[in-house]
Amino acid sequence: MRTTRRQFLSLAGGVTIAGTVPIVTLRPLQATPAMLNTAIRNIVGEAQIRTGKVKLDIPPLVENGNTVPMTISVASPMTASDYVKSIHIFNEKNPQPNIGNFYLGPAAGRAQVSTRIRLADTQKVVAIARLSDDTFWQVTTEIVVTLAACTEEMN
Amino acid sequence: MAALINVPAKAKRGDIIEIRTLTSHIMETGFRHTADGALVPRDIITSFTCRYNGTEIFRADLFPAIAANPYLSFFTVAKESGKFEFEWIGDNGYASTASAPITVE
Repeated sequence: MRTTRRQFLSLAGGVTIAGTVPIVTLRPLQATPAMLNTAIRNIVGEAQIRTGKVKLDIPPLVENGNTVPMTISVASPMTASDYVKSIHIFNEKNPQPNIGNFYLGPAAGRAQVSTRIRLADTQKVVAIARLSDDTFWQVTTEIVVTLAACTEEMN
Repeated sequence: MAALINVPAKAKRGDIIEIRTLTSHIMETGFRHTADGALVPRDIITSFTCRYNGTEIFRADLFPAIAANPYLSFFTVAKESGKFEFEWIGDNGYASTASAPITVE
């Protein structure tokens, strides 16, 4: 059977539409959540991550992203049978998705860690805690940064 | 290298105490450029460990997103008199240690 010009064009048009639709729907909402997700999956594996238990204390508006104070605490009795194994902090838009991994144990008494971090842009910070029963709990906070860190020129 | 350690000198057995550490380090991210466009190589502390009488009680992996002069604060239960040992390890063979004594009554 000979293909007419009309048939060919309608077929080609159909392929184009079929090809574009999934790309549009798969487009991520943020700049690099893929990197963030990969970094999280590297730590968590296939386990389910639940929201709660973790508290991230960080200023919502930051003037200087070069040093942002941050405190992470986890609601846990910290006994020999029920304690926090580790806390992992991630960001969304720095050049690298990791911020820090902190390993504690039942000897800590209180599951709380403070440090100072860098933020390159207005973005989300994610804290994930791994408990002794290997469940994962997370909290996400949005932070507005007016002066970015990490990539500026050296003088 | 200079490190500032804040550990209570005395504590009651079973008390939860806070340990605060600050060490001087540039924590160069490896993402910055000089005015001529050359990349400044990464130079960071990658690992911190705290031991209480030889037993590891706290460990951290640090990334370039940790601010210069890394500050870390964490908690432990005062069990026995002795000392806390701190160790920082980083790029280019960086290694630094510090210690602090504690008396537990």
